Amino acid sequence: MVAENVFFGIIAAAMAISALGVVSTKNVVHAALYLVIVLAGGAAQFLLLGQEFVAWVQVLVYIGAVIVLFLFGIMLTRAPMHPGETLGNDLRWPAAAAALFLAAILGSLFVKTWHGQKLHLESPVRTSEITNAVFRVYIIPFEIVGVLLLGALIGAVVLARRD
Amino acid sequence: MLLNQFLLLSAFLFCTGIYGVLTRKHTVLVLMSIELMLAAVNINLVAFGALHNSPTDPGRVIGQVFALFVLTIAAAEVGVGLAIVLLIYRNSHSADLDDAHALKG
Repeated sequence: MVAENVFFGIIAAAMAISALGVVSTKNVVHAALYLVIVLAGGAAQFLLLGQEFVAWVQVLVYIGAVIVLFLFGIMLTRAPMHPGETLGNDLRWPAAAAALFLAAILGSLFVKTWHGQKLHLESPVRTSEITNAVFRVYIIPFEIVGVLLLGALIGAVVLARRD
Repeated sequence: MLLNQFLLLSAFLFCTGIYGVLTRKHTVLVLMSIELMLAAVNINLVAFGALHNSPTDPGRVIGQVFALFVLTIAAAEVGVGLAIVLLIYRNSHSADLDDAHALKG
């Protein structure tokens, strides 16, 4: 039990620092690399929770595909990569106030509602259980999300091509 | 492990994402902050799925299944979003959100 909490603390601290790096760094490529750390930390948290399938899907889809897309976007739009060029607008303090306000509301709600609620992780979820659920109970959402992905693919091609 | 530690971590990541969406000027960075928020929501969903973890509970996969759907839609969103960013960049020669004011009356 203690070892799990130590691992959670280390990964959570790395994720929090990297998340602050994503929103505050002056270099666009560094922001993408900080995002990699946050997403990999999320996958590690899923492993700690005993939910390994979604952890590996997160590694494949997010770190493998989404980050590469982001790097493509950065390279194709000639983003500023030198310190000194400004990346933020002048809304820093109102935005910080809004984020802190929401964090206070969410934090107090969570602490009040789920105080002392323990997770009992005696049986990790097997991948076969998830596939059974996806292909039996949730087959219609699965088909719909397939059509949505096809629509997004065609839409991206139509938007981005030069004619 | 407590449920609350995962919920508070995801709340922190979500609020950081909101701060990024509100303060960043470059479009790709705004999309990255949105991804940060979606990843935070995924941690929330998986933690609540792990709360119902007894072997006889039929709902113990729901958290993961929801997280998988969120992941899929996030991937689709990034694809279309980056196509729109490229279009904005091609039309106004800048990916800054402040320069995308062609719809302003």
